[in-house]
Amino acid sequence: MTQQIIFYLLAIAITAFSILAVISKRIVRSATYLLFVLLATAGLYMLLGYYFLFAVQVSVYAGGIMVLFIMAIFLTHKPGKDIRTKKGWRIHASLLLSVAGLLLSGYIILNNAIGIVQFIDKEELTMQQIGTAMLGTGKQQYLLSFEMMSILLLACIVGAILIARKTKNDKNESNETEL
Amino acid sequence: MGELLIDNAGAPVPILAYQLVSLIIFFAGIYGFFTRRNLMMMLISVELILNAADINFAVFNRYLYPGEMDGMFFALFTIAIAACETAVAIAIIINVYRNFGNAEVDNLKNMKG
Repeated sequence: MTQQIIFYLLAIAITAFSILAVISKRIVRSATYLLFVLLATAGLYMLLGYYFLFAVQVSVYAGGIMVLFIMAIFLTHKPGKDIRTKKGWRIHASLLLSVAGLLLSGYIILNNAIGIVQFIDKEELTMQQIGTAMLGTGKQQYLLSFEMMSILLLACIVGAILIARKTKNDKNESNETEL
Repeated sequence: MGELLIDNAGAPVPILAYQLVSLIIFFAGIYGFFTRRNLMMMLISVELILNAADINFAVFNRYLYPGEMDGMFFALFTIAIAACETAVAIAIIINVYRNFGNAEVDNLKNMKG
């Protein structure tokens, strides 16, 4: 019963904040609503029993990525200014597309046999199991993906620095125009 | 009706409810992606879409194959990839802002190819 109440509270929060995040006129508010969606999602993971995923979601998504977002927003926007959205038929077309997609997918989900699947209680995943699965090379173990992820992160750091750093020409221009 | 409520009250949350929540996040993201002109707002929409995919991975794993944890690892790796994608995208957005003075997607037709 408690589980259900918590789930429906989280579901209402997720629905409201995800819709607010895409219709809000202020960009910082929008980022804050995104933060609430991510935290509520972390709550869903905890409800499912994935405590490690909960910790990762809170620390990486709601912590790391949101700090990046807020920093980038303050670097690229003047505070207190409304942002512009597309006008006219584009909004109606997008709304129509989203609602049509929502209804179609909802219809498919509701009429699917997967609804009869039951929740089976099981023991909590231990850190030992997760560690063995992440750093093993056997069946259903993920050492290769784990190492690929480290290479990807390295490439991402190098790429981000390379893209965002100032070249000499930029520096001269920015001194003149004081960006 | 009363029996139905009592039967369902103690039961765990059905898988459909999780799927509907993730569906709503996904299409909110789609709507934001199509209506926003600002690159940061488009990135926020992409994060919503990725988040919906993560929820589906975890939920399908927990309900359909409770003895295994492939879906959980997929969600973990997706979160890491989302972090990479955000960092690179923000670098690009800062670069666009430096060159054009604002971060709107209409400017990008003027990019040098």
